[in-house]
Amino acid sequence: MSPTQWDFPVELCCRPMAFVTLTGLDVVYNAVHRAVWDAFCANRRADRVPISFKVLPGDHEYPKCRPKRTSYEWYIPKGILKTGWMNKHLNLVPALVVVFYELDWDEPQWKEKQSECATRVEIVRQSLQGRNTKVAVVLIQKKTPLPPGEDVIASERAAALCNACELSGKSLFVLPHTDHLVGYIIRLENAFYEHAQTYYYTEIRRVKSHKEFLNKTTHQLLFVRHQFKIAFFSELKQDTQNALKNYRTAYNLVHELRAHETNILEIKTMAGFVNYKICRLCFQHNTPLDAIAQFRKHIDLCKKKIGSAELSFEHAAWMSKQFQAFGDLFDEAIKLGLTAIQTQNPGFYYQQAAYYAQERKQLAKTLCNHEASITYPNPDPLETQTGALDFYGQRSWRQGVLSFDLSDPEKEKVGILAIQLKERSVVHSEIIITLLSNAVAQFKKYKCPRMKSHLMVQMGEEYYYAKDYTKALKLLDYVMCDYRSEGWWTLLTSILTTALKCSYLMAQLKDYITYSLELLGRASTLKDDQKSRIEKNLINVLMNESPDPEPDCDILAVKTAQKLWADRISLAGSNVFTIGVQDFVPFVQCKAKFHAPSFHVDVPVQFDIYLKADCPHPMRFSKLCVSFNNQDYNQFCVIEEASKASEVLENLTQGKMCLVPGRTRKFLFKFVAKTEDVGKKIEITSVDLVLGNEAGRCVVLNWQGGGGDAASAQEALQASRSFRRRPKLPASEVHWDSISTQASTMIISRVPNISVHLRHDPPALTNEMYCLVVTVKSNEKTPVRDVKLTAGLKPGQDANLTQKTHVTLRGTELCDESYPALLTDIPLGDLHPGQQLEKTIYVRCGTVGSRMFLVYVSYLINTTIEDKEIVCKCHKDETVTIETVFPFDVAVKFVSTKFEHLERVYADIPFLLMTDLLSASPWALTIISSELQLAPSMTPVDQLESQVDKVVLQTGESASECFCLRCPSVGNVEGGVATGHYVISWKRTSAMEDIPVISTVITLPHVIVENIPLHVNADLPSFGRVRESLPVRYHLQNKTNLVQDVEISVEPSDAFMFSGLKQIRLRILPGTEQEMLYNFYPLMAGYQQLPSLNINLLRFPHFTNQLLRRFIPTSIFVKDRPGDLMDANQSLFL
Amino acid sequence: MCQVYLWNYPLYIRSVPTENELQFHYMLHTSLDVVDEKISAMGKALVDQRELYLGLLYPTEDYKVYGYVTNSKVKFVMVVDSSNTALRDNEIRSMFRKLHSSYTDVMCNPFYTPGDRIQSRAFDSMVTAMMIQVC
Repeated sequence: MSPTQWDFPVELCCRPMAFVTLTGLDVVYNAVHRAVWDAFCANRRADRVPISFKVLPGDHEYPKCRPKRTSYEWYIPKGILKTGWMNKHLNLVPALVVVFYELDWDEPQWKEKQSECATRVEIVRQSLQGRNTKVAVVLIQKKTPLPPGEDVIASERAAALCNACELSGKSLFVLPHTDHLVGYIIRLENAFYEHAQTYYYTEIRRVKSHKEFLNKTTHQLLFVRHQFKIAFFSELKQDTQNALKNYRTAYNLVHELRAHETNILEIKTMAGFVNYKICRLCFQHNTPLDAIAQFRKHIDLCKKKIGSAELSFEHAAWMSKQFQAFGDLFDEAIKLGLTAIQTQNPGFYYQQAAYYAQERKQLAKTLCNHEASITYPNPDPLETQTGALDFYGQRSWRQGVLSFDLSDPEKEKVGILAIQLKERSVVHSEIIITLLSNAVAQFKKYKCPRMKSHLMVQMGEEYYYAKDYTKALKLLDYVMCDYRSEGWWTLLTSILTTALKCSYLMAQLKDYITYSLELLGRASTLKDDQKSRIEKNLINVLMNESPDPEPDCDILAVKTAQKLWADRISLAGSNVFTIGVQDFVPFVQCKAKFHAPSFHVDVPVQFDIYLKADCPHPMRFSKLCVSFNNQDYNQFCVIEEASKASEVLENLTQGKMCLVPGRTRKFLFKFVAKTEDVGKKIEITSVDLVLGNEAGRCVVLNWQGGGGDAASAQEALQASRSFRRRPKLPASEVHWDSISTQASTMIISRVPNISVHLRHDPPALTNEMYCLVVTVKSNEKTPVRDVKLTAGLKPGQDANLTQKTHVTLRGTELCDESYPALLTDIPLGDLHPGQQLEKTIYVRCGTVGSRMFLVYVSYLINTTIEDKEIVCKCHKDETVTIETVFPFDVAVKFVSTKFEHLERVYADIPFLLMTDLLSASPWALTIISSELQLAPSMTPVDQLESQVDKVVLQTGESASECFCLRCPSVGNVEGGVATGHYVISWKRTSAMEDIPVISTVITLPHVIVENIPLHVNADLPSFGRVRESLPVRYHLQNKTNLVQDVEISVEPSDAFMFSGLKQIRLRILPGTEQEMLYNFYPLMAGYQQLPSLNINLLRFPHFTNQLLRRFIPTSIFVKDRPGDLMDANQSLFL
Repeated sequence: MCQVYLWNYPLYIRSVPTENELQFHYMLHTSLDVVDEKISAMGKALVDQRELYLGLLYPTEDYKVYGYVTNSKVKFVMVVDSSNTALRDNEIRSMFRKLHSSYTDVMCNPFYTPGDRIQSRAFDSMVTAMMIQVC
């Protein structure tokens, strides 16, 4: 953009630097001079002194200095600040003129050269006549100078040169053209800088000296001007503190000026300049709060200084510029390291600038709406002789006129007209949009998403005014969702209204329809008459006609739009618009609801689609269809009515395909699920509602899933929170809020109509072939086919159970490891209604514990639903838990031949093995047989015949057996000697003949075998009689390989008299036997203690009588003699 | 002058004068940026939980926007003409308190569903009275 009248002049915005001109340098043809100049210009970084250099010819004419005024008494200033002044001191009047001259100290033609140099200096002085500008001479030398004081010629000639040029020694410099050029240059420019500062200092003094001549009445303007100049010179001197102070004074002085309509622009312009400088310096001094405070003060002071009402847009433009400039300054300061915050950032200033720019546009629109016949005045009152103004902020047609009265009202009018007409050509929208986009960028940075959206809306609206509808739509569309998601319906409606206009004017069908849909919807806050209008337009569009133009549109644009719409009609094809509704709030709401969360496959799947329209008038639709995840069902769920375009408006209220505002419409859909879908989920993926028809234009409203748009989630939440009672509705209608969406359902198999009955006698006994009778009875009304049975261990239990459970259909043989735990799909054939069949399965459980058994019966049946024959697979399962127990407990014990409990047996001495079989089964058991399988180390003493064959044991009963065994002598075996196995063959008493017998093998315990040195067995009758001789023979066997010395004694007993050796000592040879014979003579009847035999082995002191007594009887039953029985009885009764 | 009570969508908006209502709506909406920022700053720093008044949210040329947020994060925003110098911070604060207690009364109504737009006559008249007093 080219700078406009309102932009600040460049010289104001730049950083003032001391101006130094270099003369005598031939930068084009002289390489040395070129190098010197480059060293001055190149790398001017912050660490170098702030000087702006310029190369000028030696005879350059500097701006003339006006003659000094001796008195201000009659002087009346014509304005505050001349437009050329700042530029003059920045770029035209140097603080220092440097004369470069090539001269070495040992120059042979010194005299001539010296005078030439003096002439050059003189010429420069001539052109600077009257100015305080300093002059300095730099001698470019080829040789490196000697240290000061050593070169006598040099100091002499230097003095002479200074004299000739009328220079002070401080103004003469030497620049040796050597390797260290840059170093010399930097020293040189520092020296120049000092001179420049001195110059600006004197300038400040000079301006200050004028003050005393001024008086407040006539020279008010001069006070401002001088103060501004002092401040500006201070800036050039790089004294920013003083510059700021002086600018502040200047600012106050500006506002002290008497303001009038004629000079208000000048005052504002100057105030703006000074304010800009102050803010700039404040930011530079890192006091942003001062800058903001100053700016606020400035705005407050100037806000009301509008000036001429006819040119009030100028004020707005000026205000806009003030804010923009401040925003720029602020932004620049941030780039240099300042931190801004959310509530204080440049964005606000850009926004305000945009606001004033909008105001400017508004004002310009009302003030500059001249008729076309009014032409631009000629001669142009805005033209000046020089092409520019003399003073900042003055009117070109009355420059320098200070009078507040308008001397020439006619001229004034022409001037105002010219300005107004010029304003018409300004592209306001462009300015506004630029400012807004600046603000957007800032607010984005400072976390203000909503402010950003707001500004983008404004930008969109501005684009709309600027007739750039594409961009407008793009912006508006972008922010719409923000307002929608936050539920600011008023704002959304306003944005939509603009967007609708844009889409109308561009004849963008799809956008037009979308915005119409939403503006008719419940989120729109439009009045009913507006909605009616939009609805009418929408219907028109659907009938392939042009809609009426939107209100308040530009007439020309409407004409173009109408043409576009007409073209659209003739254009064939692409008349179907699918619009996804999940991102906006259309005027039709939709909810889909399956009647149940699951359906049996033999009943039709039913669901309702509820539709509700929020538009003001009834709306017809042509088609409603539903899509599923299984697309095969789509064809069953379509409601379509072939309605001609002309009918759309007729019969509105009664038609089925018609949505009445505010009423909830329900559409019932029904379809038969496929048998393959049993166990699957059927989901509604989308619902499509078609407005209009293919003959005209079609709009397909597409709801994803079970309906719902951008606002419905929140509404559902509110509805669920509400306790409010809903008004009663007729029975046929439902309350919209009370409908909840159910977009999916499960298809489950048909309910079986058979009975599965299990007959069995729990618990199962370990290893038995447990019999499970399954009875299947059909209660179906039609024959069923393909009945299949799956029975066995229910999967998913402990893995060990699977290995210890076996199922078979044949009970006649025992099953082994190879049989499975679950029998699958045993075909059972077909079943007629009422028929029943039985199947027996046998289960063998190897371990105790409880098991779950599954009996699963499946079958096929033909059924008819909705006149459609389908084959349904039904199944019924039964689960039963069966406990497995041991059939009996077997206890085994070893006893001596005297039935005394033995902890160990003695080698070669017979002992008894007793088995005790206790039935634990609740059912009677038949022991078929038992068998003792002896280990090789054991030998039977007599026949090992089973004593419990064919015994039936009821619960709790036991069967015992006894076997006499002998164990030959073995070595000392750790853990004892194996005895063998005890095998019991048994079955349930109730079991059939063909059921195999189960053999249960019991491993007998090991027994510890011990050797004894001497074995004694007694030979005596089973009983004695009183007073009858009782012969007893003791056999003493030596079981060792040694000769045994045995001491034997018999202790007397009261019950017996006896004869035989009472005490004897004898020897028994290895392996032989000694017999001892005693004659006992019982004296008393009853169970009597025998006289005890004591044996003492001399070699085996551990051999005790205790041990001995295990083998020989210690008592005997003595009977009375037959004749004595009476006496005994008598004595008993006495 | 204009007031709003909201979660993030308006529960109640009243403005006097009514001619420039849309602009007020935008102003309220944008002020939420600052409210959000202040609330999130509140979460970080240990501030007095009883202090609900957020103070001046942001300055514009012509209006002042004040904010207040309840412990359940219901936001109250008030926009007043910046030329109205009679309204000091303290007055604003007490006005907010009054609004808050009135809002609490609305919430106590068992027939009011939290989140619905406020349509209470008592609340309306209280706001009207407050506005008359100020303007």
